[in-house]
Amino acid sequence: MSASAPAVSAPVPLSRRLRSFAVSWASQIGITVAFAALWLLFIFGAPSVFLSDRIYLSFAQTVPYFAIVALFLTMVIVAGDIDLSFIGEMPLCMVGFTFTWQATGSAELGFFAAIGVGILCGLFNGAVVTIIGIPSLVVTIGTQFLFSGLALVLLNGKSTPLVTTNSSFIYWLLVGKVGSIPIDFFWFLILAVVAWALLNRHRLGHNAYVIGDNKQAAQLMGVPIRRTRIMLFVLVGMASAITGMMNSLSLNNFFPGVGSGYLVYTLAAVFIGGTSVFGGRGSIYGTFLGAFMIGGLEAGIVAMGLTAYFVTPIQGAIILIAVSIHAILQQRLR
Amino acid sequence: MSQSAANGMPTGERESARQSASSEQILAALEPEAASEAGPRKRLELRHISKSFGGVRVLKDVNLDLNSSEVLGLLGDNGAGKSTLIKIITGVHGADEGQILLDGKPITGLNVQRARQLGIETVFQERALADQLPLWRNIFIGRAESGPLGFLKVGAMRRTTADLMGESMGFTSTVLTPNTPVQGLSGGERQGLAIVRALHFHAEIVILDEPTMGLSLKETDKLIHFVESIRAAGKSAIFIDHNIFHVYSVSDRIVVLDRGRIAGQFATSRYSLNELMEIMREVASTGSYTEKERYRDVEGAPTKTEGER
Repeated sequence: MSASAPAVSAPVPLSRRLRSFAVSWASQIGITVAFAALWLLFIFGAPSVFLSDRIYLSFAQTVPYFAIVALFLTMVIVAGDIDLSFIGEMPLCMVGFTFTWQATGSAELGFFAAIGVGILCGLFNGAVVTIIGIPSLVVTIGTQFLFSGLALVLLNGKSTPLVTTNSSFIYWLLVGKVGSIPIDFFWFLILAVVAWALLNRHRLGHNAYVIGDNKQAAQLMGVPIRRTRIMLFVLVGMASAITGMMNSLSLNNFFPGVGSGYLVYTLAAVFIGGTSVFGGRGSIYGTFLGAFMIGGLEAGIVAMGLTAYFVTPIQGAIILIAVSIHAILQQRLR
Repeated sequence: MSQSAANGMPTGERESARQSASSEQILAALEPEAASEAGPRKRLELRHISKSFGGVRVLKDVNLDLNSSEVLGLLGDNGAGKSTLIKIITGVHGADEGQILLDGKPITGLNVQRARQLGIETVFQERALADQLPLWRNIFIGRAESGPLGFLKVGAMRRTTADLMGESMGFTSTVLTPNTPVQGLSGGERQGLAIVRALHFHAEIVILDEPTMGLSLKETDKLIHFVESIRAAGKSAIFIDHNIFHVYSVSDRIVVLDRGRIAGQFATSRYSLNELMEIMREVASTGSYTEKERYRDVEGAPTKTEGER
């Protein structure tokens, strides 16, 4: 343990450096190539649609609805957990928004109430998973029913019109437009940077990677396992609150089934992006591109002249192909 | 309170003042010369440690001392309680009963983070490496360098890792960079990483848990040399291994653990390897060892030759 002097090493040959780069970034390179290939296919198959801005404006609005949660779900999965309860968190957070907004007349207060409910949901998930020690897959299946069921009970199953929120600042902030671009796309970009920073440049993500890769190592080396896992569930809860509000406000109506269609899209975005279900490996960049791949398929397939029946099987095929590419890259480059 | 009052401080306060001294000062105080002047000093003391898991008593009233400049070998069959004892010292588990003293001062609320702050480091081998993560993240598991908001100083950590790879690990392969995932490393390289990780953070007491497992002969020699350098620096080490030859060759003293109790302690300068193996057999079959009259004690203790080391 001598005083550190700058390491003197021979210059590394370019081929070696390229290989080292390829090993480190295999997943990201894979997803980028797959994304580019798919998009080129769309552009050649339906140039009039995929070279105009209208389709991109549409994606900018619809993709964030399921992809914002996917960003933070990526972090949960990197840490070796999973959270399926977000589709129950969305309506329950909206109950918080609606009740607060109705009681105070302030949509801004409603915003904070929704975020608060999201935090509580995440804490509840995290506490049951880490303190009682039940696998998160099982816990969050349970809380998915619990949260969405609670929302139904509290609202008596009825939907709530939100038209009068349209003049509020929160409405503009969540579903307004900047120029012609839907603002939720900018939120998606900002939150993607936030999620990337937390996962790759923050203690939270550092610990999440270690926990997901080797829980025994994390324990032996004193990583705060419980706190880290709970925090990641809380982030998903907050993301669900934001998405629930965006979705409901854009429809001017809160129906208790909000978000129920997103489960598979959100999960698909994460796994297409190369995040390992076993934990320890995953990237926000991958999830970002994965979201546009799964979100763009429907429009792409229909625009290329196939019937809408093809959408679901092709989505399934794309998921399988993407996950296989990641697995093969991982084995080859070891 | 004047400066002269410091001399009148109760022992405990003086101890804590010394604890807060910078690591350089502590290192300087532990230079071999200083250590030999003062004679061996008790660094770590375990007092009446007991531990049960689910009603099974894994450790029963264990008392153990570790001196400065000492390598302590820990031997025992599977299930003797070796790894539980280590996990108690390193803060992974808490003891049910008993006390741990560091430099004569009881440690309270020991956990992994606190043990590391106190300079107790463990080489857990590859069990404590995260395979898919790059080298730099592995060096900094559990104690990332970060700014006030918790954001990582990635550049600094990568540079430290690169320096350590060049100097301490002896990684000459140009394929390995701080960004290389650990899964690309050989057994010896992994072990180098685990050791360097323990030593980089000013370890005072290094615990090596089965460090020769899966190592080639050459790598084992390197490891033994490394453990000797710990002693030479005036630090302490606990060496746990299933292989009595490795333990004997490197240890000053061997503690035999059997079914959760300490069956005996033997200075390697007074017992030959054959005698120790005989003792181990006796302990394994009877659970204890009764010292016979030994002719060597009468004739004067032979000193171990360099060849035996």
